[in-house]
Parts: sequence; structure tokens; C-alpha cells
Amino acid sequence: MRGRTLELAVGGFMLIGLLAIIFLALRVSGLSMNSSEETYRVVAKFENIGGLTVRAKVTMAGVTIGRVSNIYLDKEDFVGVVEMDIYKQFNNLSSDASAAILTAGGLGEKYIGLIQGAELDNLTDGSEIYDTQSALVLEDLIAKFLVGRVSDEP
Amino acid sequence: MTSITSTRLQPAANYVEIRDMTFMRGERAIFKNVNIDIPKGKVTAIMGPSGTGKTTLLRLIGGQLKPDQGRIVVDGHNVPELGRSDLFEVRSKMGMLFQSGALFTDLSVYENVAFPLRVHTDLPEDMIRDIVLMKLQAVGLRGAKHLMPSELSGGMARRAALARAIALDPDLVMYDEPFAGQDPMAMGVVVQLIRLLNDALGHTSIVVSHDVQETASIADYIYVVSGGEVIGQGTADEVLNSDLPRVRQFMQGLPDGPVPFHFPAPSLEDDFLRGSSL
Amino acid sequence: MIERIAALGRSGLDILEAMGRSGMVLFHALWAWPNVRTSFPLLVKQIYAVGVLSMVIIVVSGLFIGMVLALQGYNILNRYGSEQALGQMVALTLLRELGPVVTALLFAGRAGSALTAEIGLMKTTEQLASMEMIGVDPLRRIVSPRFWAGFICMPTLALIFSSVGVLGAYAVGVLWLGVDGGSFWSNMQGSVEWGEDVMNGFIKSVVFGVVVTWIAVFQGYDTVPTSEGISRSTTRTVVYASLAVLGLDFILTAVMFGEL
Ligand SMILES: Nc1ncnc2c1ncn2[C@@H]1O[C@H](COP(=O)(O)OP(=O)(O)OP(=O)(O)O)[C@@H](O)[C@H]1O
Ligand SMILES: [Mg+2]
Repeated sequence: MRGRTLELAVGGFMLIGLLAIIFLALRVSGLSMNSSEETYRVVAKFENIGGLTVRAKVTMAGVTIGRVSNIYLDKEDFVGVVEMDIYKQFNNLSSDASAAILTAGGLGEKYIGLIQGAELDNLTDGSEIYDTQSALVLEDLIAKFLVGRVSDEP
Repeated sequence: MTSITSTRLQPAANYVEIRDMTFMRGERAIFKNVNIDIPKGKVTAIMGPSGTGKTTLLRLIGGQLKPDQGRIVVDGHNVPELGRSDLFEVRSKMGMLFQSGALFTDLSVYENVAFPLRVHTDLPEDMIRDIVLMKLQAVGLRGAKHLMPSELSGGMARRAALARAIALDPDLVMYDEPFAGQDPMAMGVVVQLIRLLNDALGHTSIVVSHDVQETASIADYIYVVSGGEVIGQGTADEVLNSDLPRVRQFMQGLPDGPVPFHFPAPSLEDDFLRGSSL
Repeated sequence: MIERIAALGRSGLDILEAMGRSGMVLFHALWAWPNVRTSFPLLVKQIYAVGVLSMVIIVVSGLFIGMVLALQGYNILNRYGSEQALGQMVALTLLRELGPVVTALLFAGRAGSALTAEIGLMKTTEQLASMEMIGVDPLRRIVSPRFWAGFICMPTLALIFSSVGVLGAYAVGVLWLGVDGGSFWSNMQGSVEWGEDVMNGFIKSVVFGVVVTWIAVFQGYDTVPTSEGISRSTTRTVVYASLAVLGLDFILTAVMFGEL
């Protein structure tokens, strides 16, 4: 029947549209279904967060173990506070782990790299990472370099 | 038909009453202070030379055009003043056969005739089927029910459109040139059909036509319009035997006389002598 | 000189009047959503005509544009040794710009012109008038389902376009040019934001869908009932709709991603 094939075609069309949006959500934008995956929150303060953005990766040894969930300014100490959600499965990070803001490929996106410490205590929800290393800001480097050169000259 | 808000003007013996109606197309008056009555339950014919505005008149009655002055009262409602939804409700009691047929080209003949039934009634499918086949039988097209409009001849399309116009058994049916393009046999059928439907169902008919003989044979009353005016009216006999020169010329088909055959224009000499400018 | 100004003013008034009329058409068509039983089959039929029949051109164009983007992008990124950013570049370009815009342009040419011609021909052959006389409002019966079909189909087509484009880029970039598949996807996922990129692109495509369909049905409904009139209206649909899409794209981009 003509009416039926027509409806089937339209149904197929809508289905393909639905598949497309699912593909864009999961595969392209990485909106993971398990974004509701269990995480715990860790804070770190940096003197300069550079171009770090929310949802940036948190990695350890190159493996993604969490995401940056929030960034704000500490109004008393004037340092940048970064909150990150670490997946529950990595619950054995030591409390003296260190965090650094790194740049992918030297010029690419910013992310946080964690390095495991030696303490036996583990980071838990609400813990703070004290050993931090700020982002390298290219302008600062260049400025320092130039100032150094100028002051070297007699 | 209860939700129409405008007040009924009067319960009249006329289904349609046109009073002092003027209609302009740009600068040209198609109608000038015209008065026409269409009596209930009768077949009324509108005759007149091509281009005088007969189709326009039907559209005015149907509310598709608005007059510049005057009233057009249909079944107690002044059509030009009706709001959109009221107008659609009044129209659901009208059927109109368009000069071009105007079948819906994406629907088969059957669906075309069923269309008014589907939108205005909640009849079950088998009832709709019976009615549609009955109407198609009446115009001799039952066998063509599955054809698409593009597969019909001009005359067949017009008859299919006729079946659609009467599908709902409307109170008022307007036929714009129902005889055009029909062979003598089909013409006879259509003539009979119009008369029969009118008498059997008691609706009111308006027939627009040039065919003097056929029209005279079914019309109870005839209006002859020309030059924006009603130039003659009366029963078929009265009009056929009228002494009025303009009416006589038109009814007898004389090329020369007071009724202009030509569209208004400057004189022939002027036009030719003016040279190349149009 | 004064004549010129008068002419300018007159055409300005004409444009304003046309906009008013098109607004009225849309308003009447959408004022009341008629009952679901009768209008749903009409809508399905129009989604078929407007959406399903546009699938082929959308899929093919999306595939090729994705592949070309990958080729071009690879050549440029390769110079900086950052070809793993290919996925992110292609995805962002498609989702933010090319997906909605190219789909809308193709949609105007494929579906918009067909809508205009169809409605225009219905008017020319008095089908709209006879529908009115049967007591059915053609704005509801003809214009409304076509408008909604465009409203639904255009964003759907844009989503399909972007998805197919990404797949085309994957085919060229990863399968052919040998970019690492893992970093292709992870780079993409790292930089493409659901709300910022996918949703904003989607909103664009909804806006374009409304505008293109609106122009198309209005041009059809307002056509001069002759064959010449139809051909003009059809051309106008494609031209106006394309210009409107490009202009609106600039405005929307400025609002969504710019400094506004
Ligand atoms: N859309 C329009 N714009 C301007 N003038 C029009 C338009 N439609 C019709 N007219 C004019 O109105 C007049 C009446 O047209 P109408 O179609 O009512 O004639 P008619 O009496 O039905 O003729 P026919 O018997 O040939 O069908 C014609 O002279 C025509 O030039
Ligand atoms: Mg006529």
C-alpha cells in the first residue's frame, strides 16, 4: 500500500535523524552517558591557570582520569581555584600528589596532569592538592627573557 | 450551523440577495449598483457576454472577493462582513463548480469527490464510498474513479468537479459554465442533472452559461448582465422574447447591436493610427 | 531625483507590505493547530516530500564536504605537525557553520523551490480557490502542514549532514591519510561542547528551517497566477531564502560565539 511505504519512509527518516543526534552527542561531543559516573571532587589552587577551561581533561600518566568541573578566583589569596571531578575508580591517589597545568602539543589545549606522590593517605572528596605548578604563560616567559637580556647589557 | 455570530438579516424567500453592489477592478467598474435576487429552490441563470463579470459575481457571492459597496446577503448573512471562520461555515453550505474544474491534482477522482465529505462530516468510510459512487454515477464517471485528474479529458474533469460540487448536497450550488466542453449527450445529462438535483433536493442553483437553449430549458429565472448592469431579467420565455434591444441581440446571437462584443478600447482607427506605441 | 526617492520609498513600502502579508499568512496558518486525526497524515505526507526526498542530496553533499574538509585540513595541519587536531577542526566547522548553512542552502534549492512551485500551481489552477469554496481554509490545509514539515525536517537534515560529514572526514583522515583514529576522536570529543557547539548549531538550523519554509510557502501562496508568475516566485524563494540564511547566520554567529 502506498500510504504505508510513505509512513515507513518517514519513520526511517526520523530514525536516521535520531541516530545522527545520538552520534553527535556521544561520539562527536563526547557527552558521555556515564557523565553521571561516580566521581569525587578535588581542589587545587594555582597562581595562574593560563587558558584552562571547564571540562578540560585531568590526566595521570597520559590517561584521562577526570574532568575540570569548575574554575574560580579565590578572593582572599587571589589565586585560581580549580575543582576537578576524578572518577571513583581512581580512588588511590596519594594525598601529596602534585598537579600541573600542561599544554597539549606545546600549543594545543590546556589540561591538568597529576603525578602520584608517596604518602599512604589517599585523596578523598573535598581534599586539596597543595603541590601545584601553574601554567606556563608564553608572554611571561618572553617578558622574563627580554628583561634578562636588557639587564645583562651594561 | 449554530455558531455564526452575525445576526440574520431577514428570513427571506431569496437565498441570495444582492443590493446596490459595486465592484471595481482598478479603475474599471465590473458591477455598478447591481441588484440581483436568487430565489430559494429555483434554478437561476446568469447570462451575459464573455468578460462581463459572471465568474466575478459567483466569487463575490462566495466571499472570495469583496464588493466596494453594497450588500451580498446569502442565507441571511451579509457575506462581505463575515469573519474568516464564519465565512468558511457559510461556504460549507455552498457548492461551486469552477470554470476550470479545479480538481485537486494530487487526489484521485474518487478522493476529490470524497474531499468535502471527509472534511465536513464524520461519516464512516463505507457511507462515504456509497455517496461518492452515487455522485460519480450521476455524472457518468463511476468507472473513472481511480483515475487522477491529469488522466481526464477536459469534459470529464468538469463533470468530476460537478460531482464534487454536489457531494455534500449543499443548499446553494453555483455552476460556472457547466456545459462548456461537453458533447451533446453529456450536455443533455448535465442539463437534466442540474434540474433534477434542484427539484429532488430542493437546493438553490445558479447557472452561469452562454448556451442560450440549454440554459433557457432549465432556468426558472434569467438575468442578463452586460457592461456592469443587469440589462434584462425574467422567466426564460420573457427573456427569449424580450423587446429590449440589448437582450434580444445577446439572446439571438447577433454580432452587431448595442451590446459590445469588444473589450472596452479606443476606436480602431485611433489604435492603428497611433503607430508603434502600444 | 525626487522621482528616484519616491520610487525608493514606494519599493520600501512594497517590501514592508509583503512582510506584513507573509506574517498574516503564517499567523493564519498556525493560529489554530487543527485536529490531530486529520492533520497528522497530511504532515506525514509533507515530511516525506520535504524531508525524505531531500535525504539523498543532503547525505551526498555532507559526505563530500566532510571528505574535502579532511583533505584540506590535513594539508594545513600537517605543516604544524598537529594532524591529530583534524577531527576537532572538521567537527567544529561542520557543527557550527557548514552543517546548518549548507543544509539550509540545499534545502532552499531542493525543498523550498518545490514548495513554492506546488502551492503556486495550486493557486494558478484555482485549486486553492475551490478549496476555499468547499469551506476548507487552504492556509490550514495546504500551508500549515508544509510549514511544520519544513520546521521539523530542516534541523533533522542538518544533523544528518553534520554526522555524515564527520564520518566522511573519518574515512579520508583516518582510513586513507593515516591520522591516528584514537586521537582523531578524543581530540574531537575534548574540544566539541554539547551545549556550545552541537546545540547552537541545532538552534541555527531551526531558525533557518523556519525562515526558508516561511519564504517558500509565502512565495507560493502570493504568486501571480500565471506560469511566468510561478517561475518568478520559485526563483525568488531560492534567492531570498539563501540571502536570509547567510545574513541570519552572521547575526546568529555573532550572538552565539562572538563578543556580543
Ligand atoms: N485578477 C483580475 N485582475 C484584474 N481584472 C480581472 C481579474 N480577473 C478578472 N478580471 C476582469 O474582470 C472582468 C470579468 O471577468 P470574469 O471572469 O468575471 O468574466 P466572465 O463573465 O466570467 O467571462 P467568461 O464568460 O469569459 O468566463 C474581465 O473583464 C476581466 O478582464
Ligand atoms: Mg467566467
